[in-house]
Amino acid sequence: MSDAQQLLAIENLHTHFFMKSGVVKAVDDVSFTVNKGEILGLVGESGSGKSVTGFSILGLVDSPGRIVSGQILFHGRDIVPLSGDRRRAIRGSRIAMIFQDPMMTLNPVLRIDTQMIEAILAHEKMDRQTARRRARDALGLVGIASPDERLRAYPHQFSGGMRQRVAIAIALLNKPDLIIADEPTTALDVTIQSQILYEAQRLCRETGTALIWITHDLTVVAGLADHICVMYAGRIVEEGSIDDVLDRPLHPYTSGLIGSVPSRNKRGNDLYQIPGMTPSLLNLPDGCAFRERCPRADKACLVTPEITRPVPGRRIRCFHPHLSEAS
Amino acid sequence: MTILAKDVGVPSEKGSGAAAESPLHRFISNFSESRVALLGLAVFVCIVFVAVLAPYISPQDPYDLAQLDIMEGRLEPGAASAAGYTHWLGTDDQGRDMLSGIFYGLRTSLGVGAMSALLALVFGGTMGLIAAYFGGRTDTLIMRVVDVQLSFPSILIALVLLAILGQGVDKIIIALVAAQWAYYARTIRGTALVERRKEYIEAAACLALSHRHIVFRQLLPNCLPPLIVVGTVQVAHAIALEATLSFLGIGLPITEPSLGLLISNGFEYMLSGKYWISFFPGVALLLTIVSINLVGDQLRDVLNPRLQK
Repeated sequence: MSDAQQLLAIENLHTHFFMKSGVVKAVDDVSFTVNKGEILGLVGESGSGKSVTGFSILGLVDSPGRIVSGQILFHGRDIVPLSGDRRRAIRGSRIAMIFQDPMMTLNPVLRIDTQMIEAILAHEKMDRQTARRRARDALGLVGIASPDERLRAYPHQFSGGMRQRVAIAIALLNKPDLIIADEPTTALDVTIQSQILYEAQRLCRETGTALIWITHDLTVVAGLADHICVMYAGRIVEEGSIDDVLDRPLHPYTSGLIGSVPSRNKRGNDLYQIPGMTPSLLNLPDGCAFRERCPRADKACLVTPEITRPVPGRRIRCFHPHLSEAS
Repeated sequence: MTILAKDVGVPSEKGSGAAAESPLHRFISNFSESRVALLGLAVFVCIVFVAVLAPYISPQDPYDLAQLDIMEGRLEPGAASAAGYTHWLGTDDQGRDMLSGIFYGLRTSLGVGAMSALLALVFGGTMGLIAAYFGGRTDTLIMRVVDVQLSFPSILIALVLLAILGQGVDKIIIALVAAQWAYYARTIRGTALVERRKEYIEAAACLALSHRHIVFRQLLPNCLPPLIVVGTVQVAHAIALEATLSFLGIGLPITEPSLGLLISNGFEYMLSGKYWISFFPGVALLLTIVSINLVGDQLRDVLNPRLQK
């Protein structure tokens, strides 16, 4: 990949939360890149640090958390040390975010047009009529029928799926280079979910916007993403192109995740589950965080594994990858 | 006044149109469920009417010395005046028609009450919103001041301030605002803390809207209902507090009598059987406060979904 294509590069990002009871390393040495127009799936269980990674990119990590070290290169420029105002100029216009619960992300007492127009005017100077036209176009773009009429509605007059479309439309308003979607389909039912996935994919292809899709659901990213990062306990444990990772997982955690997906050919058998629980991130001991639950763990795993590249285009953190199956 | 502002505030939602029952209609029908509250509203509207139109409907201008005759002092209710009209509620010791005095007194009392409640709402509301939104040290600082203030009786704060500032309408408004802003600050902070945690605020932050915009355009409208309720009740409190201060003789100057001052004027004649000089202003004060409280209670029931059956 050439640098000209590279939109976002995260290098050795550490975001820690300093609690009274200790330090929570929510994001611990995370690195990945996103190219222009690429869709990256960021997969992991609850509390694995995927959302905090997203918030770190936006510069919205709330106290007591902060970015301890690492770089976030956006268009080749490190945006971590930027001042609040310059960070804000990027946020919302160049990088936008879509949240999990569409019921909650729209202000219940403001009309859709008010919310959209203000989102535009916060970043660009233009008259309200132009802004309104742009808002209407954005609604049309995400597949909302009769956008002129819907502009004047309140959020409670929309269904969940429609609201998420509105949220996506708001994210698209300022034509960002990157959208971070934090589990945007989790609160929706499956048919609406596939519609939203379809729209997201179409929009990325059409507008050339890069997308980071944060989810815990492998089946969601399977049909959507180009590239995938699997996170566990604040670290990326496996990274690679979507087909490689899903077809030939190298890390025991990834293969466990894939094995946990219920499917037809395993009918009648007990469903597989990864034994144990996600460890508490508070004062996480040294070594591989997955070793307590890993079928392949041994003494070597007491040391934190470094990132290795056993196969071209793949990165993993494991001493005992499924290399034999992969080759 | 707060109620009127509320009634004006709701129709802006009418534009939604699509719903068969607009929020305003729903609000009105919910409010009308209680007859007592409707009665309160009716009484309050009459009082406001009387107060606003006082110069046109009073039989006498009680501050025009040329119209006063000291010989007509302390006339009983129903006595005829030399000028040919009837003093329905009697006259005070200066020969002022009590009915006219009450009309003018209501004007002052309502004006001072509404004005101070409005200013306290704006100031206290802003402080509460800022405390809730920024949190941390800002929150601690503002809320400790509020705590200290709420631990004093509000009349004490007003007394001390008036002793320093002296008399006057502007001064009593300052004193009332100082005594009452803390109630608004505490109320709105409680609501805003809940709203602030909701994702739409985070989404607004993601869109990089300015702090001022988020606080006043996104957060404030969601915190309004409790503020309206507290505002209504506090108007009544402000009127009562002002009457108390005026009764004690440190509120409004004698040239701008409020209901409290009228009551205090007649106080010394109470035991000599001339009850009307204090009694009728007292009734007017009572009606005003009760009617506002009735409206306020019903607003609280309507605007708080948890209290709805």
